[in-house]
Amino acid sequence: MKGEVNCVGLGKAYRQYAAPWLRLAEWAAAGAWTRHRVHWALRDATLHVGRGEAVGILGPNGAGKSTLLKLITGTTRPTTGTLQVEGSVAALLELGIGFHPEVSGRDNAMMAGQLLGYRAAEVAACMPAIETFAEIGEFIDRPLRTYSSGMQVRLAFSVATAIRPDILIVDEALSVGDAYFQHKSFARIREFRAAGTTLLFVSHSAAIVKSLCDRAVLLENGRIIRDAAPDRVIDDYHARIADHAVENAIVEGRGGDVRSGDRRAAIEEIALLRNEAPTLVVRSGERATLRVRWRAIAPLDDVTVGFIIRDPLGNDVYGTNTYHLQHRQLDVPAGSSFICEFDIGRVALGVGHYNVSIALHREMVHVSGNYDWWDRALTFEVIPGRGVHAIGVAALEVECRMKQSTMRAGG
Amino acid sequence: MLRSLWDYRGYVRASVARELRLRYAGSVLGALWQVIAPLALIATYTLVFSELMRARLHGIEDRYAYAIYVCCALLPWSMFAEILTRSQTMFLDQANLLKKSNFPRICVPVTVTGAALANFAIVYAVFGFLLLAASRWPGMVVIGALVPLTIFAILGASLGVLLGVAHVFFRDIGQVLGIVLQIWFWMAPIAYPSDMLAPPYDRWIAANPVTPIVIAFQDIFVRRRWPEWGALAYPAVVGIVLAALALLAFRRESPQIVDEL
Repeated sequence: MKGEVNCVGLGKAYRQYAAPWLRLAEWAAAGAWTRHRVHWALRDATLHVGRGEAVGILGPNGAGKSTLLKLITGTTRPTTGTLQVEGSVAALLELGIGFHPEVSGRDNAMMAGQLLGYRAAEVAACMPAIETFAEIGEFIDRPLRTYSSGMQVRLAFSVATAIRPDILIVDEALSVGDAYFQHKSFARIREFRAAGTTLLFVSHSAAIVKSLCDRAVLLENGRIIRDAAPDRVIDDYHARIADHAVENAIVEGRGGDVRSGDRRAAIEEIALLRNEAPTLVVRSGERATLRVRWRAIAPLDDVTVGFIIRDPLGNDVYGTNTYHLQHRQLDVPAGSSFICEFDIGRVALGVGHYNVSIALHREMVHVSGNYDWWDRALTFEVIPGRGVHAIGVAALEVECRMKQSTMRAGG
Repeated sequence: MLRSLWDYRGYVRASVARELRLRYAGSVLGALWQVIAPLALIATYTLVFSELMRARLHGIEDRYAYAIYVCCALLPWSMFAEILTRSQTMFLDQANLLKKSNFPRICVPVTVTGAALANFAIVYAVFGFLLLAASRWPGMVVIGALVPLTIFAILGASLGVLLGVAHVFFRDIGQVLGIVLQIWFWMAPIAYPSDMLAPPYDRWIAANPVTPIVIAFQDIFVRRRWPEWGALAYPAVVGIVLAALALLAFRRESPQIVDEL
C-alpha cells in the first residue's frame, strides 16, 4: 500500500581507509588483500511503518538516525537487508538543498521543486500556494542572499511540502525557523497526516516527538533498541543519556570560564531528580528535586546555596537560595561535605529548554563573598504534562467559563 | 538510468541555464561578457598571427587564414578542456546535493557537458558572425562541423565521467589533469599547421584521437570543404569505447561515490 515503509535487517557499512593509497593497493590486489576498516552506521534494523503512521526517531548523535533516513529516502543504498518504500517520498534532510544565493527565491523554488522530481509546470502551478505559505512577500523575487535564515527556511519548507507526498521524512530541519512558522509547519504536517501521509521524524526535542508522533523508535550505536509509544521511548531515551550528560556537564564546567568564585567551597555534583532518579526531562506540572552536593574547602562562617533557572535566551525564570528558605549553613569546618535538595512541588514551567545555574556564597547575595558560581551547570527540558496546551515559560493553572451574554451589541 | 534522466530533463535544463547565468552574475555587463570574452580572444589571435607575425598557411594567400585556422579548432578544444576540468570535480562540487537529495545522479555529468556545450554555442556563434562580417563564411559545409563536434563532446563527457569517478576516490587526479591537458593541446595541430612537423613526431600527432577532429574543423573553416569522414572513424570509435566504459563505471560506482563524499 502507498505510504508504507518496510525495512528488514537493514544495515549500512562504510569502508574506512587509513590512507588513500591503501584503497589503490586493495583495488590492485583484487580482493587478495584488504586493509580497510568497516564501520557499521546502521545494523540489523527492522522497522515497519504503516500508511499514515507518524514515527519519531530518537537517539544520541551518531546513533544511525540520519543513516536510516538516508536509506529510506534512497540517497544511499543498504549494505545488508531489504527495504521497501511504497509511494512518493519527500525528504527534508536539510532545508534549502540546492539553493543558490545569487538566484531569486522564485527561481530557487522552481529548481528545488524539480529536484524533488516534479515537472516545471507542476511547480509553476504550485507557485502561488508556495508564496502564500512562505509569507515572504516581495522577497520572492529578490536574490536568496538577501534573505534571513528564517526566510530561507520558510521558502524551503513551502516548496518541499507544496505537493502532499505519500511519505514525508523530516530530519531536524524545522528547528531553525521562528516559533510562528514552526507552528504553521507542524499544522501542515498534521494536515498531511490526516490525509494519509506517513511521517518519519527525527528530533532531539522530546516535546515535538510527543506531540507529533504516535510511535517512536530509539537508536543507539546503529541499532534499534526500542520501538514503542512515544512516552515510553522518551523516558528510556532520557534515562540512557541522563547519567552520561550529567557527567559531561561536570567535566565541562570544571575550571571553565562559566565558573567563578574564590573556591573556598566547591560544587561537586548537580542533578535534577524525578522519582529519586536523575533526569534531564520533566513534565510540566510534575514534581522534581534539584540536588546539589558541595564541599567546604576552607573553614567558612556562613554558606548559602542558591539556584537560578533561565530560559535559552538568558532570561531569569526563577531563582532563590537557602538564605531565603531559612536554611543557612553556619560555621562550616574545612573538608565537610553536604547535600542540599530543593524540592520543587510543581514544575510550573512551560514546554521548552531551561538551564540551571548554582551558586555557593556568603549571606543573602553573592557580593558579600562568592565561593563558587557555576553558570548553566545543568540543562533540562520541560515536556507537555497533563495541563492544557499553552505557550510561554510559565505554566499557569487556567480554567475557563463562558456563557452567552444577555447584553446586546449596541444595546 | 536514461529513463530517469528523461524524467529530470527539466531539472537538467534549468541547471544548465543557471550555470550559464551564474558565470556572470553580479557583473554590470552580465551576459554580454559571454560574447566579449571570445571576441577578445579571437581579436588577439587575429592581431598576433595575421597582423604582427604575418603568419600564412601553406598554399593559402588570405591574410586572415591563420587566425581562422587557430580559432576554429581552439574554441572546440576549449570546450573539451572545460568539460574535463569541470567533470573532474563535479561530484565533490555537488557533494551536499548528492548526499542529501535523491535525484538521478546522471544529471550531474549531463549538466556539466550541457553547460560547456551551451557556452560553446554562444562562443562559436560569435566566431561565425565575425566570419560573416569579414566575408569569410565557408557556406554550406558549416553543417558538417556538427559531426566532429559531437565526437569531441562524447570524448570529453566520457573521459570526464571516468575522471570524476576516479577523483572522488583519488584526489591526485586533480594535480595531473592540468599537465596532461597542456601536453595534449600541443600534441594536436591546433596552434600550428600539421605539415610543420618532421617525422617521427608526425606519427605521434596522428595517434592522437583529437587530431582528426581538429583537422575536420580546419577543413571546414579554412579550406571550406567537407571533412574527410573516414578519418573521423578513429576518434568516433575511441569515443564509443570510452562512453561504454564511462557508463559502466558510473553505474557501478555511483552508490559508492555518495558514501565516499
